[in-house]
Amino acid sequence: MEGSFITTKFNHILGWARKYSLFHYPYVTACCGMEYMSAACAHFDIDRFGAGWTRFSPRQSDMLLVVGTVTQKLAPVLRTVYEQMTEPKWVVAFGTCAVSGGIYDNYAVVQGIDQIIPVDIYIPGCPPRPETVLNGLIKLQEKIQKQEQEWRWKRRRY
Amino acid sequence: MEKKKILEDLKQRFQDKVKETSVQFGDETAVIDKEALLDVVNFLKAKPFACTMLLDLTCVDHIGQEPRFEMVYHLYSLSNKQRLRIKCRLPEKELSIDSLTSIWKNANWLEREVFDLFGVDFKGHPDLRRIFMYDGFEGYPLRKDYPLRKRQPRIPLRD
Amino acid sequence: MPTRIQKEARKESLLLNMGPSHPAMHGTIRIMLELDGERILNSEVEVGYLHRGFEKTCEARTYFNLLPYTDRLNYVSPLINNLGYVMALEKMFGVEVPERAQYIRVIMSELSRISDHLTCLAAMAMECGAFTVFLYKMKAREFIWDVIEETTGARMTTSYIRIGGVRADLHPNCRTTLGKAIVETRKVLKDIHGLLDKNKIFLNRTKDIAVVSQEKAISFGWTGPCLRSTGVYYDVRKASPYLVYDKLNFEVPLGERGDNYDRYMVRMKEMEQSLRIIEQALEKIPRPSAPARVMAEGMEPAAAIKASREKRVEDRLRLSPNLEGSEKERYNDILAASKACVVPPKEDTYTSIEGLISHFKFFMRDHGIRPPKGEVYFSVEGGNGELGYYIVSDGTDKPYRLHLRAPCFHIVSALEEMIQGHYVADIIPTFGSLNMIGGELDR
Repeated sequence: MEGSFITTKFNHILGWARKYSLFHYPYVTACCGMEYMSAACAHFDIDRFGAGWTRFSPRQSDMLLVVGTVTQKLAPVLRTVYEQMTEPKWVVAFGTCAVSGGIYDNYAVVQGIDQIIPVDIYIPGCPPRPETVLNGLIKLQEKIQKQEQEWRWKRRRY
Repeated sequence: MEKKKILEDLKQRFQDKVKETSVQFGDETAVIDKEALLDVVNFLKAKPFACTMLLDLTCVDHIGQEPRFEMVYHLYSLSNKQRLRIKCRLPEKELSIDSLTSIWKNANWLEREVFDLFGVDFKGHPDLRRIFMYDGFEGYPLRKDYPLRKRQPRIPLRD
Repeated sequence: MPTRIQKEARKESLLLNMGPSHPAMHGTIRIMLELDGERILNSEVEVGYLHRGFEKTCEARTYFNLLPYTDRLNYVSPLINNLGYVMALEKMFGVEVPERAQYIRVIMSELSRISDHLTCLAAMAMECGAFTVFLYKMKAREFIWDVIEETTGARMTTSYIRIGGVRADLHPNCRTTLGKAIVETRKVLKDIHGLLDKNKIFLNRTKDIAVVSQEKAISFGWTGPCLRSTGVYYDVRKASPYLVYDKLNFEVPLGERGDNYDRYMVRMKEMEQSLRIIEQALEKIPRPSAPARVMAEGMEPAAAIKASREKRVEDRLRLSPNLEGSEKERYNDILAASKACVVPPKEDTYTSIEGLISHFKFFMRDHGIRPPKGEVYFSVEGGNGELGYYIVSDGTDKPYRLHLRAPCFHIVSALEEMIQGHYVADIIPTFGSLNMIGGELDR
């Protein structure tokens, strides 16, 4: 859209507000959950980036953090949780199993959650160190700042 | 002392039902007929052997051999600190065996797991259905003729 | 397809689903409840949401390659899973592990056990509302993971314990870091005892809830802290001692009633006993036979390979920093002297043709680790109980069948009976005290 000064500034402010107040929904399944717990606690804090508060309901959160392996049995549940979330929403694939199936290439594991839902940030690692998680979070924040903020109701196509 | 006794007493009590006994790598193993399973287990559970705990229950698929499947039971005696392995062979055409749910409660889920992954039917099980795989999954994954990467997605996948 | 509980439920009761994705930080499990108000009439537990096909995948990998898969089973105490698998194979081969490696394995196992109990109780307390306990325990766990990372290179999934011994010797700074970890863990345990032991809210939520009798626990095949909380004295480390546990002094705490509070108390006391074991092991461990070397000195491997074409190279090699602690001089301490199941040292590989051939023959398909035909069952004391590995070998380099006796499978199978008659809010501390780990439950 053609940017006028007011709308770009408004976009910028909305982006700033959204990136520093992320409420995440930790969809924890497997081993990466341990590193998620480490990243969320005192030593490597994600609260200092504004993303500390965990909302245990998809309707109240705007970031879906898929942590760990997603199996074929769990795939419809992930889809339902994603659809229950309200706009604007972002998805972070945490750990190699969520990114691409990981070391499990067999009958039971979905090879990456982007086969089910659209993903914004991929954090590799098995499990990723908490510093990697913080790096991924900062990249998500940059992405949120730069993207076209949906402050008018727009249907996102995927 | 007591270790040798358990296999010998078993052979003495159930002469022809016990097909062979062996000790390999320090583990005692007894191969029995599948019809004699409940009798053998009840005999072992009573004193003096007191094998009061069912540690594990699983199945091995020997594809190409007949009978194809082999049920493996691991029993443990808390008082004697002794482990015992019991095996029975099952042919593919008649893939069923008595259930141990009347004796031990954890046999419930263990047998459901073997049914789910191998397809073995357990007579007398109260609630035999899949436990790991989902409804609508066809086939038994841990059999040797099920390919490793054959996926059956539950919802249509993108890409 | 309607589930069992939907078919059996009465018309006037409420069906509630605690779905696979829920705030209890344990893993994916689905509990369907039939309620009369808040009281549970019936329940059904559905597992399998983390079934990753471990057993089938292992049939397609060689014995050496499948070590990382074993790490990810009980992911809060990964070194113990490694240990169980490796000791089952060593039983088949009949190798004798050097004493220093055995002590290192004991130290690593006990550190994993402490980390397992810390995580379990932290999650249980957090779900009951005690958030401070969670933060304190995570802080203690970070110190323990620092120790593990220094020696093994990774915080969690390490693949450190190898067939024949361990991957590398202890880091030279290990005593300092380990001393600090022990001090911090003791401080945290003391704080938690003060916060939770006599706390009225915690007692109301855990005492006399989900009581399990001894006969019921044995019939369900329970092992580990949950069984010991009912009063049955069974610990694999005492019943069939492995490694050097028979040389170390430790007690096995027992509970009385088998309720949630006893399971919590048994775990807290076990952590103290594990700290005792680590301190004793640090005193009794035999000294290393060779001093720690400086990694940066020596000839480059590429140059050594080129020079070895003419004659055998006798100079020192500059190995990659990844291999610190696993040099050839250390092999006496850390790995058994067995060509059948131990990786040949890198110095041999780079300096002579025989070494290169032995390296290739170890990793080539259809060569390498080939245990004798037969089957073996070996169990170790995991964080949850008796962790057993049943391996069937047909003489080739891949296992014919590998089965894991998962302790929490038997423990969670009792959940339906345990919560019947209690309130919905009682499920949370009950489930937390059982320490269900998804990777182990579903394999």
